[in-house]
Amino acid sequence: MTSYSWAPGFVAGDRPRIVTSRFEFEDSFTLERYLATGGYAGLRAAIARPAAEVHEEVRSSTLLGRGGAGFPAGVKWGLTPEGVFPRYLVVNGDESEPGTYKDRLLMERDPHQLIEGCLIACYAAGLSRCFLYIRGEMALAQERMATALNDAYAAGYIGKNILGSDFSVDIVLHWGAGAYVVGEETALIESLEGNRGMPRLKPPYFPAAIGLYGKPTIVNNVETLSNLPWIATNGAAAYTAIGTESSPGTRMVAVSGHVKRPGVYEIVNGTTTFRDLLYGEEFCQGIRDDNELKAFVPGGGSAPWFLPDQLDLPFEGRLVGAAGSMLGSGAIMVMDSTTDIPAAALTLTRFYAHESCGKCVPCREGGTWLMRILERVVEGQGTTEDLDLLLEVGGSICPGSMPHAASAELGLEATPFPYRMTTICFVGPSAYVPVHSAITLFPSEFAERVAPARVRTRIPVTAVGSAQ
Amino acid sequence: MARFNDANLTTAHEIIARYPRPKSALIPLLHLAQEQNGYVTDEAMRQIAELVGVTPAEVLGTGSFYEMFRFEPTGRYLINICGTMSCALMGARELLHAAERSLGIHAGGTTPDGLFTLHQAECQAACTEAPCLQVNYRYRFKMTPEGVEQLIDDLRAGKLDDEIPPHGTLARVRQHIPSDRAVGAVDPDDVVGPPAWIPVTVEGAGS
Repeated sequence: MTSYSWAPGFVAGDRPRIVTSRFEFEDSFTLERYLATGGYAGLRAAIARPAAEVHEEVRSSTLLGRGGAGFPAGVKWGLTPEGVFPRYLVVNGDESEPGTYKDRLLMERDPHQLIEGCLIACYAAGLSRCFLYIRGEMALAQERMATALNDAYAAGYIGKNILGSDFSVDIVLHWGAGAYVVGEETALIESLEGNRGMPRLKPPYFPAAIGLYGKPTIVNNVETLSNLPWIATNGAAAYTAIGTESSPGTRMVAVSGHVKRPGVYEIVNGTTTFRDLLYGEEFCQGIRDDNELKAFVPGGGSAPWFLPDQLDLPFEGRLVGAAGSMLGSGAIMVMDSTTDIPAAALTLTRFYAHESCGKCVPCREGGTWLMRILERVVEGQGTTEDLDLLLEVGGSICPGSMPHAASAELGLEATPFPYRMTTICFVGPSAYVPVHSAITLFPSEFAERVAPARVRTRIPVTAVGSAQ
Repeated sequence: MARFNDANLTTAHEIIARYPRPKSALIPLLHLAQEQNGYVTDEAMRQIAELVGVTPAEVLGTGSFYEMFRFEPTGRYLINICGTMSCALMGARELLHAAERSLGIHAGGTTPDGLFTLHQAECQAACTEAPCLQVNYRYRFKMTPEGVEQLIDDLRAGKLDDEIPPHGTLARVRQHIPSDRAVGAVDPDDVVGPPAWIPVTVEGAGS
């Protein structure tokens, strides 16, 4: 249980470490330290074997994608159509889900681990060029990655005939310019092609089949790839020995908000419970000022909210899905009893409304409507009709039943994840999720806030302010 | 004077050569232009269009999608104060008010001396260190209203110039791919067959 001044936010503990094993060293980002701590051993081990074997090793490790969807990486690599080349690797380092940060730390603190992960992925899946897309606002991560790439090229780990083998690949550093939606993989590809970052329709644009420049493309998250050097060095069996069968290994989780010790923790996957994380001595040590817990967001800003009722769930995708939410990008945001729930929901809805790319009407229009109506409610100008209107507008983005948590107090049973959606990507639904969670789980906070509907008080939402 | 200087033009050509299709270099080149001039000028967009083989309107079309590109003169220091959930829960609004008071401008504005531009920004991926802000994309964690005032004084006095370059400069280290190590970018339509380390199957198609 230690923090390091050179890794603000990260808290080490007495637990298995896979991706943060070098964070204790101040110079963990240098090639010298990386090599002195077993660096590039995974790459050497990988290229000594046939590519198909390395792919199989990763498949049997059941390494789950860490970007949000949790799809197994080894299976994803196998989705490229047979015999179609070139194939590309695009690294998703555009981390911007509210509450989330782990990729930034991994890039700042251990850039060579990510590079080695990229190389192993390229080798195993026959990917001949790698583009490392880093969020534009992360200046330090870009500097660290650029330095590491330059050093790794000079030392012969990247480029032509890597370590004297017939394996050759370039890694190109690319950086974004501020657009949340670009974290969606098809939008990321559009952006990498020099276009506005708008998601593509799936089907037919599944990146593994039709991706960058229309060629098969694997898009993997930074944390996912950062696990590969360890797996290549220690083997899939050692990896699956940590965590649970459905969720092996470890995960980076950021816990923020009203806890005593917010932090980024590498936890054992699948077994650690939310109660451990929020109250455990090793983790957040309880709610600030010993207040009561009111609610928490379990998986990044897009995830439906949980109540204290759900504290004993483990951090495991299927169980959390059945309970009405998702693990997403591994970010928990905690609200204590002093929290103004409608105002808290507004901070998230405003985010997603702001980040809509404008391609799908339900998101472009609906997100802004949700934001405006909620603003009115938060400011005390709303009526009971507004609450119905919020659900009606949300229903045009997510028709049918919405996932939500169970509440003993309200007599609510859980509705499992996921929702249905009328948009191409998750930005639109994500604007509605906090509104729906807040109204469903805290109806009285809204009821107190609004006046009874008056006759003909349906105020046109467009009358308030401009489109921005 | 808004076109790339010689050094940046060389850098621009290097960047373009890394991509199988030149238009992919569009966003990196817009950053390069913003680094040179503090914002993206019309002249820069015309030159980028020539360099990557699209129209200037396409350059603006792409560039205007992304928040970080500024198309008008911007303060030497761009202060982005996060207002998303974790920071909002921990007092982001007070930071914004302190900055507005101290600078005498509202969020979205630039001070008359051209030193500061202030924005309310969205999640900056430092949620456990809330409330946080960035100056030219350099972090300040766990800020207080007093800390914001001090920061503005220090910036105005030039005390942080070593750490915080002028607006437009992101990474101060650039990637450099040595020519003797580079595999090189190939037009995707010119690629036939699998890469060298993937065995060719009986049908000759690769696995």
